[in-house]
Amino acid sequence: MSSVSRKSWTARARERAVGALPPEKLLPDSQPSYMSSWIYVFGVLTLTSLIVIIASGSILALKGPGWWHLTGIGHFFNSIHMWAVELFFFFMVIHLWGKYWMAAWRGGRARVWITGAVTFLVAVPCALSGYVSQQNFDSQWISTQAKDAMNAAGIGAFWNLMNFGQMYSYHVFLLPLAVVALVIAHVLLVRRHGIVPPFQLSGAGAGAKPTSAARRAPDSGSEGTS
Amino acid sequence: MSHEPDDSRAADSSEAVGRAGRRRERRRADEAAREWKGAYRPYDILREATIALGVVLGLALVLTILFSSPDLKPSTVQTWSRSDPVDFVTTATTELDDSSITGSYGPPYNHASDGQNIWFIHLAKWFGVSHPINTAQDFVLAPLRSITGQPALQTAVSTYEAAPANTQTTWTSAYEKALGNASAKPGGSVSVKPGNYGPLPTMMGSLLTFAQSGGLDGALLTSKQFYQTDYTKPLMFMSDGGVLVNRAMQQHLLGTQWGMMNETGSYPGQVWLWLYTFWYQIKPFSTSTNADILVLAVMGVLSLAFVLIPFIPGVRDVPRRIPVYKLIWRDHYRSAPPAGTSAGHTEEA
Repeated sequence: MSSVSRKSWTARARERAVGALPPEKLLPDSQPSYMSSWIYVFGVLTLTSLIVIIASGSILALKGPGWWHLTGIGHFFNSIHMWAVELFFFFMVIHLWGKYWMAAWRGGRARVWITGAVTFLVAVPCALSGYVSQQNFDSQWISTQAKDAMNAAGIGAFWNLMNFGQMYSYHVFLLPLAVVALVIAHVLLVRRHGIVPPFQLSGAGAGAKPTSAARRAPDSGSEGTS
Repeated sequence: MSHEPDDSRAADSSEAVGRAGRRRERRRADEAAREWKGAYRPYDILREATIALGVVLGLALVLTILFSSPDLKPSTVQTWSRSDPVDFVTTATTELDDSSITGSYGPPYNHASDGQNIWFIHLAKWFGVSHPINTAQDFVLAPLRSITGQPALQTAVSTYEAAPANTQTTWTSAYEKALGNASAKPGGSVSVKPGNYGPLPTMMGSLLTFAQSGGLDGALLTSKQFYQTDYTKPLMFMSDGGVLVNRAMQQHLLGTQWGMMNETGSYPGQVWLWLYTFWYQIKPFSTSTNADILVLAVMGVLSLAFVLIPFIPGVRDVPRRIPVYKLIWRDHYRSAPPAGTSAGHTEEA
């Protein structure tokens, strides 16, 4: 039958996706025994901060950019949005430092590091576009100050911090889309390659001696969220 | 013949062997980190994510209840012209003779200068004037032309426009000098000592009244279309005066006060921009006329290095040499001591 001898693009894509990330890797119910440190929680805290940012930002977007200046409930959601952004960057910076000291790019994980680092760099203008879209004095001051750097680099010619309409579009759609896409790529890469094992010490093998409480994972599911 | 070359070759050869050995060792250690072949433990990833979401939501709620978020009302040309009419008129006069910050800015607003550069790279100039601003026309003359029912004002504007450039400069220079000693009257108007100002007192008096009524805010936003979201012109006009900078100084937002990374009030602001803002505080950046492009260049290089850490010798090796990892994975090393060693582990790689 032709469907067997010549696979469709769809079948090939599915087989490739499942081959790279089988369900037990995508949603594992076990983790390597060395994943036992508080530093591992900062990845998932960053991720969940992003969820709160998107949820609160969506509510603000649904009501329009002027709503939060006029109502108490609007100001409440703006505050949630702002503090979630502060938490997002706080957790992400700790996460990045933690991964640096683990040298988390080892074992073919360079792309995991790169997507994480680029996410941080893209999140910066995403936040900046939000600060200049607030329609208050902060927006006025930040946009008129930051424009000089943008203009000096020629970026101001096509990314005008004083154009509210343009900044709002970047803030509520284009840059969040980029951040979310990068985060998805980052998490999928973590799932595929697994969290980086500890440095080997003298006399130790590639894997540490299993403890009595430990058990072998089914197949090769070996990743964490961090 | 000296033995030195032979010794040198031997040393070079030994060094090369050492380098090759280190490369092999790094590759071996890298390969060993590819897949974990040791023990696993049960782990509920969705439960962890749910708990983390609850923690973040709780933290955001607590911070919101305790601190809310800043929302200082924006400045307007109307509030500026009412609170500081002398500064408003002085700024408007500098817009007429292009001596304002905007008038002499260069790209992307006008051709008054080439903009900043780094070595032979003139990015601002190369990208050109994309948001043209003619300060005299856009900030003063066109708004005055939009005022109807004042023939004396229109005659004054015509007189100014018809005058030779050096005469216009004589008027504006004398008027700016006189404004240095001017004060605002109780009604909000500004008077200066008599002098050779041409039609400027008539023009500036009308512009001030227009601004105080709120008309200039609208006039500066006027474009060819009904809907408008671009606030470049009113913001540039207000930036040329003292209205924004005075408020910013009160809120500790000036460049010398770590500028735009701060936020009004005592809020954390964009603290992640600390390194970017840091460069503006030190020489040569703090005294350079090309500070912005220089700081961006430094941050561009650092950002690239940050992304490419896995490939940068030295930087990528620091975590191996400073064993913070022993703290991170202390439970792991404690539960699985390497053969032949006691509590103190020795890094192999």
